[in-house]
Amino acid sequence: MADFSWSTVVYILGGVGMTSVLIISAMLIGLAIGTVMASVQVYGPAWSGRMVSLYVWFFRGVPILVLMFLFHFGLAGLVEEAYLYFFKTRLRIPPLASAITVLGLCSAAYQSQIFRGAMQSIPAGQLKAAKALGMSGPQAVRVIILPQVFRISIPAWSNEYSIMLKDSAIAFVIGVSEIMSRFKAVATTTHRHLLMYILAGALYFILTWIGVKLLAALYNKIRTPGLAETGPSN
Amino acid sequence: MNQPILEVKNISKTLGGKLILDDVSLSLNRGELKVLIGPSGGGKSTLLQCIHYLINPDKGDVLLEGRSAAEMGRRNICAFRQEIGMIFQDFNLFDHLNAENNVAVALRKVKGLTKEAALKRARQELERVGLADKATLYPAQLSGGQKQRVSIARALAMDPKVMLLDEPTSALDPELIGEVLNVIVDLSKSGMTMLMATHQIGFARHLTSEIIFMERGGIAEAGPPSVLLAEGSCSRTADFCSKLTELLGKNG
Repeated sequence: MADFSWSTVVYILGGVGMTSVLIISAMLIGLAIGTVMASVQVYGPAWSGRMVSLYVWFFRGVPILVLMFLFHFGLAGLVEEAYLYFFKTRLRIPPLASAITVLGLCSAAYQSQIFRGAMQSIPAGQLKAAKALGMSGPQAVRVIILPQVFRISIPAWSNEYSIMLKDSAIAFVIGVSEIMSRFKAVATTTHRHLLMYILAGALYFILTWIGVKLLAALYNKIRTPGLAETGPSN
Repeated sequence: MNQPILEVKNISKTLGGKLILDDVSLSLNRGELKVLIGPSGGGKSTLLQCIHYLINPDKGDVLLEGRSAAEMGRRNICAFRQEIGMIFQDFNLFDHLNAENNVAVALRKVKGLTKEAALKRARQELERVGLADKATLYPAQLSGGQKQRVSIARALAMDPKVMLLDEPTSALDPELIGEVLNVIVDLSKSGMTMLMATHQIGFARHLTSEIIFMERGGIAEAGPPSVLLAEGSCSRTADFCSKLTELLGKNG
């Protein structure tokens, strides 16, 4: 076990940091875009709702692996060439940026549907009442609807987190040095493939467990008294 | 000097290809309480929401103290709505806010009050409707009657010039109706101008200056209760009310 040194542990923990940066950024991008898309889909004009559902269908229908290659080797290359043409200097889009973009846009599609369902579950009368008090439509959505939407979305959102965490392993293929890629590197140099991939699986499992538990605790802390007496069962 | 505070002029509205309101006009003087009655689907609710511009009327206009809502831009419509309080049949409280914050939220976000000032005002309004001790409870922890009183406090906090009430007691259990009606009586006595759709005719006849009977999107008849509900008046209103009384008993 001499080859399994502290430096290896530190190396793997660096991967945990990288994965965390990746999925936290992606989920925040997804949260921001998903919120806007859900609001547009539920309260906006019909044409904008159709645009959103087109977006959702695209990201629902194309594998993340394909999207990673498409963005990192296809679109990122285009952007780099355009940058060279206009600014006469080289820009290199790091794999992490591509991975965050792909996972973020993908998560936006899924999160928008989580929030959309939550919005539709809030009685329409509340929006009417907010307008009756003098709020504009967008203000009423922001002040009255969204705080309720985020609260009731937490259980579904923790599901999205666990999926996102596991999907993040795909970023390995475009060269992001996250958990999976570091275990692969250690496995290759130590030839302890079975052990390393069991440990990799266990680490993802633990990170999923911690995140879901934290979100469940958050849900219980901020849920509205009297509404939904029980928290998520996980 | 007795210019009406609220004038509704020739409002028409078609929804889903069906004419819901057909050229409806009415007016309210300061401090007056008028009652809208009539069968369900007669257009009462749509009329109230059109007056509030929660539904834009297809034709016609609403004048509040002589200012035309039809000529206002979208921004001004928000200010216009602020001046008219609206009470809904199913309360429409904000589920995630406790009673005092339900009242305070618009004071802060619309009127720009500080949190402390808004909460202070909210507690005053809750006290006025007899709910001072329920200020920190959430809607899901309140009874129907209490919820409706919170919604009245919420509307009053905006200092409305007119209140529109859309069947405020229809969703309540019979034993809870009284507490809401008492608040409405107090409001009326304090000089609030109100237009109320209701089936509580026994209650309304003693308070109202005019009963407006709506049917099939129009005003079928209107007049003081002493005339419309007089024994043997044979009015459409008296006929409707006697059926209500048969169904609901004397106080219905």
